[in-house]
Amino acid sequence: MGKVAIIGVGQSTFTRAYPGSVRELAFEGFRDAMKDAQISTKDIGASVICSAPEYDKQRSPAGVFAEYLGLNPQPTFYVETLCSSSSMGLRLAYSLISSGLHDVVAVIGFQKMSEISSAESQERMGRGADIQWESPFGTMMPAYYAMYARAHMAKYGTTPEDLALIRVKAGTYGELNEKAAYRKGVTLEMFANPEDRMASPVASPLRTGDCCANADGSSCIIVANEEKAKSFCKKPVWVKGLGAASTAVNLAGRDLFTGLTVAQQAGEQAYKMAGIGPKDIDVAEVHDCFTIAEMMAYENLGFAKPGEGKDLIRSKETYKEGSIPVNVDGGLLSKGHPIGATGGSQVRTVVLQLRGEAGAIQVKNPEFGLVHNIGGVGLYGNVTILGR
Amino acid sequence: MGKKDTDVRFSKFGTVSFTATTKVNDFIGSLEQGKVMGTRCKGCGMVFFPPRADCYKCLSSDMEWFEVSGKGKLVSYSKLEYAPVGFDKDLPYSIALLDYGTYKVFGRIASDVPEAEIKVGMEMKTVVNTLSNNQLNYVFQKA
Ligand SMILES: [Zn+2]
Repeated sequence: MGKVAIIGVGQSTFTRAYPGSVRELAFEGFRDAMKDAQISTKDIGASVICSAPEYDKQRSPAGVFAEYLGLNPQPTFYVETLCSSSSMGLRLAYSLISSGLHDVVAVIGFQKMSEISSAESQERMGRGADIQWESPFGTMMPAYYAMYARAHMAKYGTTPEDLALIRVKAGTYGELNEKAAYRKGVTLEMFANPEDRMASPVASPLRTGDCCANADGSSCIIVANEEKAKSFCKKPVWVKGLGAASTAVNLAGRDLFTGLTVAQQAGEQAYKMAGIGPKDIDVAEVHDCFTIAEMMAYENLGFAKPGEGKDLIRSKETYKEGSIPVNVDGGLLSKGHPIGATGGSQVRTVVLQLRGEAGAIQVKNPEFGLVHNIGGVGLYGNVTILGR
Repeated sequence: MGKKDTDVRFSKFGTVSFTATTKVNDFIGSLEQGKVMGTRCKGCGMVFFPPRADCYKCLSSDMEWFEVSGKGKLVSYSKLEYAPVGFDKDLPYSIALLDYGTYKVFGRIASDVPEAEIKVGMEMKTVVNTLSNNQLNYVFQKA
């Protein structure tokens, strides 16, 4: 089986309210990736369209997008695993290529969340969990993750300030990312000031500053087999390892509440396939939909032992100059989280890092990068390891 | 014939129910009698909460009901200050998970339990609750 490479990456600017339709939004990420890859639409054998449903009105977006992006008559279809949809799209593209069905596949993620209110969007996200047995209690994503935060604090002594440190780091790099929706710095003083928006309670113990915000955005990853990658691309980035897992939707069906089993399992699979371990990772993008999610990712991916994630952030080891730089593009906390586009944006950051093209956030000479992308409340987990 | 005969009791569950018809609609009948029930597979003995009509382990659909009783330990909780659309009148409320050993129960903490008295690991019990809109759910009280 030949190798599979990423030969083009792109994303739209993530924004609070995109002034256009979903197909136009998708075009922004696609154009960015096509310019990066310097190929034509005829070179693409299939497209995979990724998002979570019910935010905009378009049913079956794949057909509409394929036409608008000039990808007819090639096959196109839709992939959905909530917030990890575009990482799952990349996994699918890998299999389409390594099976020999296609030489080049475009993975396009998008979400336009601004068409509905924040409370409606919480209801949609809540219904990404168990609608029969949990949603009738009034659940929403921040509250589920807050339950993990509470359990982590009770078991390991993690504090709200430790979580705030993760938001402060995100703000540091969000300021540098011109594609991010939130480019203002964040300080611990903001969390300490009850009058500040950052400190306002959402779902205890999580506060507004612990939560990423909804955004509109699109991303695109162009994936190719070894032969095409070498002919099209001077700096192909290779897919070295892939992992994916699922677990019980209802929290009543789970046993671990201080971490996500899907991240542990997807991570183990990806490390094994790549033949490396956590210490070999030079830069990582993790799914920080909430500060606690990044803390658990440190531990679930083996960057820290269980309960010691707080030591990593306290000692700034996950900053750009640290031993394991994490989310040095500002993460979801600064970029915003346009659900279906998020995984592709994470992949884009790691690809630019491995090419040495990450500009102000470039880490020193990375060889391996990791993407951790979670769907729902640890319902779906994807870990992807990329290398030069 | 048709729609008139459809058993839609499950639309009574929770502040807003998103499911009307399920094979475990008798769960609602039990709630109305003050009991919170799970199911046990008669084929292999697997215990399910929330109740299921079908056993994934032995593929049997021959189930018996059991009552959620005694004390569970509070695994975690979160108090919401902001609610999804349809739930704002309930605010503030806390969602929580109780561990009974062989099964766990996801629900809400009773609104009369002061937050200062809630501790991870504390013992609680599950009781039926009638909501202000006359819907039914269950909540956790101090044991
Ligand atoms: Zn059975």
